Amino acid sequence: MSSGLNDLYQQLILDHNKSPRNFRKIEKATHNAEGYNPLCGDHFTVFIEMDGDVIKDVSFQGSGCAISKASASMMTTAVKGTKKEEAEKLFEKFRSVVTRDIHKEVDDLEELGCLGALAGVAEFPARIKCASLAWHALHSALNSNGAVVSTENANAH
Amino acid sequence: MRPSSEIITKEVERTIRTPLNIARIREDFPILAQRVHGKPLVYLDNAATSQKPQAVIDSLARYYSSQNANIHRGVHTLSELATYEYEKARGKIKLFLNASDSREIIFVRGATEGINLVAQSYGKKFIKAGDEIIISAMEHHSNIVPWQLLCEQVGSVLRVIPMNDDGELLMDEYDKLLNSKTKFVSIVYLSNSLGTINPVKDIITRAHKRGIPVLVDGAQSTSHLLVDVQDLDCDFYVFSGHKVFGPTGIGALYGKTALLESMPPYQGGGDMISSVTFEKTTYNALPYKFEAGTPNIAGVIALGVAIDYVRAIGMDAIAAHERELVNYATERLSATDGIRIIGTAKEKASVVSFVMENIHAHDIGTIVDREGIAIRTGHHCTQPVMKRFGIPATARASFAFYNTTHEIDELVKALVKVKEIFGA
Ligand SMILES: Cc1ncc(COP(=O)(O)O)c(C=O)c1O
Repeated sequence: MSSGLNDLYQQLILDHNKSPRNFRKIEKATHNAEGYNPLCGDHFTVFIEMDGDVIKDVSFQGSGCAISKASASMMTTAVKGTKKEEAEKLFEKFRSVVTRDIHKEVDDLEELGCLGALAGVAEFPARIKCASLAWHALHSALNSNGAVVSTENANAH
Repeated sequence: MRPSSEIITKEVERTIRTPLNIARIREDFPILAQRVHGKPLVYLDNAATSQKPQAVIDSLARYYSSQNANIHRGVHTLSELATYEYEKARGKIKLFLNASDSREIIFVRGATEGINLVAQSYGKKFIKAGDEIIISAMEHHSNIVPWQLLCEQVGSVLRVIPMNDDGELLMDEYDKLLNSKTKFVSIVYLSNSLGTINPVKDIITRAHKRGIPVLVDGAQSTSHLLVDVQDLDCDFYVFSGHKVFGPTGIGALYGKTALLESMPPYQGGGDMISSVTFEKTTYNALPYKFEAGTPNIAGVIALGVAIDYVRAIGMDAIAAHERELVNYATERLSATDGIRIIGTAKEKASVVSFVMENIHAHDIGTIVDREGIAIRTGHHCTQPVMKRFGIPATARASFAFYNTTHEIDELVKALVKVKEIFGA
């Protein structure tokens, strides 16, 4: 297996794909949004229960490829219990890592914690949208509750 | 046709049934010699677009280096030469489709534009509020959306022929859909996501009994099946040059003369007129009435060269070789645990779509790409087909005459790797 594939399909990612965390609906969700990639049909709904400024609970449902599903699962574990701004900051960081110039070193990967496992996506431009889909839905749920975000919208890249 | 002797092995049988010299043919396609991720390219995405033989590539270069001029507009030598080559290509397409007259061949950007032209020109004039248009459950989005647009504009209604679990149209249901309100039928000949060959001749006959015109979407069929528009008796036929080994951005619409004559122009501009004053414009004769503006001249000429190439090999030989490829791929993929083929019609060509248990098509696509194998993954612009089968996407291997059984073996090997990675 080529090293790129090794990076992309790490054990951690395969595990989150097989047994996604927080893969459920939150009945008393205060926020939710759908993320949809019309090019491949990946489709997730992200549910959030806010407690003031804090993401008390977050979950997702839907279907997609291993990368999009694992990314959604890892995202829920990463942002659960954080403040809204922290989650948004993490998204920015995550986005900059998966869309980075692959010839450059990433120096502050630790900030991402286990999300760093998805850094290998940068080598597969066609899959960046898969990795970011749930994040766009999270962002949209936090900011415009109930929206449907598509990876093909200008703001979704 | 089967060799009588039982001792002839499958391998030999395959060689007998496929008399094409594939190794020799592959030399004509420079791109096939490439390596991708360090592996020899295995190009199995021909339904999306086909590769181009050197003759087509040369034709584009030759046009721009020694023939470039606008057509139908000048008396100078280059313009006459370009016009001659352009019209010669029209004649080649007429022969290829067995149309009865070159004026029935209209150059368009591709299948999509051809369908839009018919919907907007024929449809807007002849289809009224409450009228019905029939398409099928396996149409490409480009044979759905133009009709939906028309329905929104004129208030007509879209009806859909359903299919069975093998991906075959239910002809009884088609009969039930046909009624006095039906004003048009538009149907795909060869499905790009399932590989089904539809009984278009029968579909046309049944429509014609009621005087209903039929458009055949030939985007896939043109490069895999022998097409004879007079034998089919279709009223319109569309195809894209880039799927028939020609350049992108060029294709053709065939239409019966009487129908084309009755239709208003699709776009206005130069070349489509015979005289213009501010009070009144008289339209040009066929086919120019539908070819407004400077066309893709180089593309038309190169498409003619692509058609020459295909005809030289022969559609019969191509169809026979590809039948072997489809049968072989079907056999090998079905024999691999965890793979399920989507689209198991009795009449099939050139396309094998499949899904893998618990593994999304996109992951398959990414992993086999690293082995140098190009397949398409996704909904193939046929979302209703995916919905019908209850799947988000398929992986699709689609063949051309330059593909080999060895390449299918490479695909199967790569799919085994996919399973290993996913621990399946
Ligand atoms: C069955 C079918 N119809 C129509 C089209 C549209 O062709 P184009 O995009 O070249 O206009 C395609 C292309 O994928 C197709 O497979």
